[in-house]
Amino acid sequence: MSATLNRIGLPRDAYKGAATTLCAGCGHNSITNHMIKALYELGVEPHRLAKMSGIGCSSKTPAYFVESAHGFNGVHGRMPSLTTGAQLANRQLIMLGVSGDGDTASIGLGQFMHMIRRNIDCTYIIEDNGTYGLTKGQFSATADLGSVQKKGAVNTFQPIDPCAVALTLGCSFVARSFSGDGKQVVPLIKAAIAHQGTAVIDIISPCVTFNDHDGSTKSYSWVKDHEESIADVSFIPYFEEVQVDYEPGTIRDVRLHDGSHILLKKLGDDHDPTDRRAAIRVIEEGRTAGHLVTGLLYVDTSMQDFATTEHIPDRPLKDLGEEELRLSKEQFAQFMSEFA
Amino acid sequence: MLWTLSNRGSLLQTRKILTPAQVTQQIINDLTIQAATVNGSGSQTANLVLTRAIFHMGIPVAPKNVFPSNIEGLPTWYQLRVTPEGHMARSDKVDILIAFNVATWHQDLKTVRQGGVVIHEEAFSTAEARTDVTYYPVPFSKLAKSKIQNDTLRKQLANMIYVGVVGGVLGIPWEALEHGVRRQFLSKPKAVQVNLDAIKVGFDYWQDNFSKQDPYRLEPMSGAVEGKVLVEGNQAAALGALMGGVTVCAWYPITPSSSLCENLIAYSDRFRTDPSSGEKRISVVQAEDELAALGMAIGAGWAGARAMTSTSGPGISLMAEFSGLAYYAEVPVVIFDIQRIGPSTGLPTRTSQADVAFAFTLSHGDTRHIVLLPGTVEECYEFGRDAFDYADRFQTPVFVLSDLDLGMNLWMTPEFKYPEKAFDRGKVLSKADLERLAGDWGRYRDVDGDGITYRTLPGTDHAAAGYFTRGSGHDEFARYTESADAYARNMDRLAHKLETARHALPAPVVDETPHSRVGLIAFGSTHSAVVEAREALAAAGRAVDYLRLRALPISDEVAAFVSRHDRVYVAEQNRDGQVYDLVRLALPPELVDRVRSIRHYNGQPIPAAAITEPLTQREAVPA
Repeated sequence: MSATLNRIGLPRDAYKGAATTLCAGCGHNSITNHMIKALYELGVEPHRLAKMSGIGCSSKTPAYFVESAHGFNGVHGRMPSLTTGAQLANRQLIMLGVSGDGDTASIGLGQFMHMIRRNIDCTYIIEDNGTYGLTKGQFSATADLGSVQKKGAVNTFQPIDPCAVALTLGCSFVARSFSGDGKQVVPLIKAAIAHQGTAVIDIISPCVTFNDHDGSTKSYSWVKDHEESIADVSFIPYFEEVQVDYEPGTIRDVRLHDGSHILLKKLGDDHDPTDRRAAIRVIEEGRTAGHLVTGLLYVDTSMQDFATTEHIPDRPLKDLGEEELRLSKEQFAQFMSEFA
Repeated sequence: MLWTLSNRGSLLQTRKILTPAQVTQQIINDLTIQAATVNGSGSQTANLVLTRAIFHMGIPVAPKNVFPSNIEGLPTWYQLRVTPEGHMARSDKVDILIAFNVATWHQDLKTVRQGGVVIHEEAFSTAEARTDVTYYPVPFSKLAKSKIQNDTLRKQLANMIYVGVVGGVLGIPWEALEHGVRRQFLSKPKAVQVNLDAIKVGFDYWQDNFSKQDPYRLEPMSGAVEGKVLVEGNQAAALGALMGGVTVCAWYPITPSSSLCENLIAYSDRFRTDPSSGEKRISVVQAEDELAALGMAIGAGWAGARAMTSTSGPGISLMAEFSGLAYYAEVPVVIFDIQRIGPSTGLPTRTSQADVAFAFTLSHGDTRHIVLLPGTVEECYEFGRDAFDYADRFQTPVFVLSDLDLGMNLWMTPEFKYPEKAFDRGKVLSKADLERLAGDWGRYRDVDGDGITYRTLPGTDHAAAGYFTRGSGHDEFARYTESADAYARNMDRLAHKLETARHALPAPVVDETPHSRVGLIAFGSTHSAVVEAREALAAAGRAVDYLRLRALPISDEVAAFVSRHDRVYVAEQNRDGQVYDLVRLALPPELVDRVRSIRHYNGQPIPAAAITEPLTQREAVPA
């Protein structure tokens, strides 16, 4: 075997899953590959990974990576609640949620928002194509005003921008990228996994069958023409020494909970990813200019994640036994007597 | 016979005055007090003091709180039934009315039985008063103004005055009233004296202004309440869940379920929190809605925690989809349903047993759930605890169906027993198990022939441990498939699993006499009415056998019970006879016609008369 092994001794193949059943050329398949790369390079232990999803094309993808990990294909729009519960049961799990724009911005908007509000420690990837693929091409809530369906129908409603929603709610990690931009997506996924709290990455992922035509703002050509990266993202895991061509004033270094670093090389206008108002502004400016702003929009490493706020021990709650969970006989007798 | 009084120049001074001989025809320890008050005025505390005082005398008590869906201002009633036998069902006859709410005064007066007692605010109009009851008019408002110095608490303390008056009327010893106050204010000892002072105002007023004109008396008893405690079903269920090892509870507030989780939080603060580090050996999450509540519980159950949610009918409706997922993905989770009248607002503070059929089949598709039917608060504790074993063992949602009457009222009960058994965590494969099996394992492969398959938990450090959990479309190895055969095989196995469970669930409790040809079937809070109804029927020469159903799917013992009787009545608190239907579906055809239905569905807890009357009528003219 000549396969290169990662830091925990696993080959890249150990992070693969079943063959995809999505359409050839689907942006989601690219994202799957980015996830495989990120997980492999990070050396995530497969057994600690919990792949969570709702319903839709996006939600099928957890079957296509890290086959040996547990996964849960839940009900439509409700993956955040399943993720919350699993995370409480076992804080040692690395929660990785994959959702879509319908699953997140329509049926699942409530749970998406409350997950953010609680700052559940999870990575939440939105494979965002602005369309309902599995049900054959209806507009989703992230479809842009005026975008045109394959059959010619024009979307007459304002889009919901998951990043703007997340920022408004105080999400502790918000990023946007494009499925075709592995160089940006992979470090963002790594940073999101290292981040302790809810990390939302909205990845524009053109639907080759229903939404990759002229007139769609989520087509390959549109995104390629309109993408404006606010920063060049590098991710240095905690186990690697920080060694980069450091140029003061052009690089911003964000240290994450586990000691890893995100390094942002400034491109164009300066964007401070720890300034939430700046993040909202950059999205709004991009919208006005007709640009899709990509990169790490915002990160706050000081916010406590939910399990910490709830005083949940590091030892998984699932492992506690009678001794730790039941009242003792004496406590029980005393407690009963108080009802007299 | 007119019970009259001469006191205080009241409206009835022209009527006949009771002779001492008549007063001695006493009714002792067998009466129902009904306090008609205003919601949010503090009357609940007064009622509980009265309850605890009488219980302290050794007399069995059965309180029922009939409250509005309102924070303040609407009428509320509290019924305190006292019987030497310890009858726990609601009485539909009021012996002693405490009329404290002018808005319901005329209506309340009609509920008092002939010869009963009416303690009322003196200022209430008595122009159309009944002449067949005894009145004790008390100037509560004036007394509160003149005798209660505490301005901020005057409204609340005014209620305590009637506790004192009732104490005087019924002869409750001062020591018992004092105990009632101290017990009620265990956590607020500063409040004891002001409340006692207010009670004393009423107690003294009665002594100074009235002489006993009615036949009702309370006398200390022995042997009836020893070893007994007063517990609400939701307290019992919360304690059960705690002893059952719950570590994740997600819930959304809803009457009448909220107090279950609120109690769980309180008990967890006390028993599951490390005092030094603040670490909690439980997480109780207030979710954004019931969908998320069950989603969180299922996520936790999937990851290996003992997980639960608690709700009522409207929440159960919202949980339908997730219940189906948990059934098909085979995830253990416990769902408490404290039933009320619904849907939507419905009558959120009125009791019901009308979720049974819905909960049993909750979800689209072919779904049958395990449903536990606690009939007492002791069973709320036991089933609340054991539900986690059933959920883990059968890897499926387990519903515990309580109701508002059971859940939110105080019930006299023997102290609960400490569990003897260890947790049954079901068929879970560890890393060592997988090594031993050399990875030869399929999540949905039935290797034991009981329909129950082996599961692994996320976090298990073995390459063969992981699988992708989803709904019904999977094969024995949890791989997605649209194969017709694989789907049908899985459906048959799930049916087989439920059949295995059916034999392991709490068996019906059967109480039979050798000769009776008539039987009763009931479940849940209807039990208390059945107990009393059977006593009354037996006293009238009509012994009736009883099977108390404690779980769904229906046990084979039901068919056996029906086969031993000519006629069997299913008594329940819903309009459509839901369990009557389920019972008939479970019977062989030749027994179906033996089953009849008795239904009570007005939102008030079922009284014994709602069983004795229809049963007696229908037995008089057998169909």
